[in-house]
Amino acid sequence: MFEWFGLVNYCPHTKVAGFARHLKEGRLMGSRCDACGRTCFPPRADCPVCRSDSFSFAEYGGGGTLATFTRIAAAPAGFEARVPFTIGVVDLDEGGRLLAWCGRTLDEASLAIGQRVQVVPRLFEECEAIKVHYTLEAPGTSRAGT
Amino acid sequence: MGRVGIIGCGQTAFGRRSDATVQELAFEAWRLALADGGIEPEIVEATVVGSVPEYHKQRSLPGVIQEYLDLNPRPVWLTEAACASGSAALRTACLAVQAGAHHVVAVIGCQKMTELETAEILGLMGRVGDVQWESGFGTTFPGYYAMFARRHMHEFGTTADQLAAVAVKNHHYGVLNPKAMFRKEITLAKARASEEVSSPLCVYDCCANADGAACVIVADERAARALGRDRVVWLDGMGCSSDSMSILRRHDLTGLPATRAAAAQAYAAAGVTANGIQVADVHDCFTIAEIMACEDLGFCDRGEGGPFVEARQSYIGGAHPVNVDGGLKAKGHPIGATGVAMTCEIVAQLRGECGARQVPGATVGLTHNVGGIGQYCFVNVLRRD
Repeated sequence: MFEWFGLVNYCPHTKVAGFARHLKEGRLMGSRCDACGRTCFPPRADCPVCRSDSFSFAEYGGGGTLATFTRIAAAPAGFEARVPFTIGVVDLDEGGRLLAWCGRTLDEASLAIGQRVQVVPRLFEECEAIKVHYTLEAPGTSRAGT
Repeated sequence: MGRVGIIGCGQTAFGRRSDATVQELAFEAWRLALADGGIEPEIVEATVVGSVPEYHKQRSLPGVIQEYLDLNPRPVWLTEAACASGSAALRTACLAVQAGAHHVVAVIGCQKMTELETAEILGLMGRVGDVQWESGFGTTFPGYYAMFARRHMHEFGTTADQLAAVAVKNHHYGVLNPKAMFRKEITLAKARASEEVSSPLCVYDCCANADGAACVIVADERAARALGRDRVVWLDGMGCSSDSMSILRRHDLTGLPATRAAAAQAYAAAGVTANGIQVADVHDCFTIAEIMACEDLGFCDRGEGGPFVEARQSYIGGAHPVNVDGGLKAKGHPIGATGVAMTCEIVAQLRGECGARQVPGATVGLTHNVGGIGQYCFVNVLRRD
């Protein structure tokens, strides 16, 4: 079901495919190694520290700070209709990083490195197939509220 | 390990080469390298090709190149490290020579980037990052470097004028390089007024896709002294490092740790420091990349890369002339050829053959070739005795 993740998906088969189901249900999940407890975001099936292949999903709060961002005007295949769009990299409060589009609650003109953002799970609307992603929003934004 | 010498160099003109196949481009560079070194093809024992396969219609490029060069049945193989594939080929050739497997090896860097249709290029462009976690959001190659630029501006106060100053310098030197794709001066105002690609980077902050090939022929010390006589340039320090594919695993968004690691290895092996580098070709796929390279290589302090170029320290006559062949920016960037072409340029500089763009009296030079956004980095220190 990982083919649900992303507007364009190049990578439908993965050991962490359950990530997309959780995201569809509104939960942002990292991984926790069952052997040593190491957490990772993005989630990974194989622990980079102890090499165990046994993991569980662990829910992340989605709060974080903006590490950097850019507005893309020249788009790759599949994104032509969306330009310009702004993507940002977020340092998550629980550790790890995430890259996503900046959503409507963030004012593009005043975007600043270091500002607080909230990662919000999303379903693509007006799309026949199930398609999920997440956006960066102003702190306090809930999934239902936008 | 024994010394490895460069005994012959050749580079095609870079640009749109709709007149030639990729193996014909490779042959141009090969013929020039043989002529440059006065080398008979019979002594070349193996060929290493540096190229990125997905740009070519022809699959398994080393096969057609070795055939077209008429070098069968001698061994040939491909190395791939994205935009550093050419330097990966050079390193592999040197390791083969140092291991004693071969005495003389040809390195061919080549790429034909204009074979693909625009739609195919846009498709490739969408897969430069980590396809699992990043590409689904429409990330692009300029987009990644733009995010480095944004962070560099935030932490160090680097300005868009300083980014553009890199483009102005490299176009200035491109005029003096007959092999360069763009041979026109630009002004700071023109660079600043160009269209946005991925903020804060504009068209003139980005190098251009190109076609081209370059060849260097390397030899062990005994063969190099016999064949190259007093024109040999020695690869005295070779450094190589890697970093995460994903920007999500980069702690540092203002530089490339792989450059710092590779440079430390190369400087130590050659017994020099950054201050001893008299001329350098660095990987300026984007203007911010040259600024970060000057910092990571130690030509200036961290955060000082913007003022460094603005004060003309990277021009001839400055503390560290950088990309005085026009860089990727003005030469064009046929990705597999780039690392080998950088090597050709520094060899020519150390032999004093560069005419109007010659750094006077240079005997120690450096090449810095990056793959992707620093996933691969190769730094070499070259010396003429």
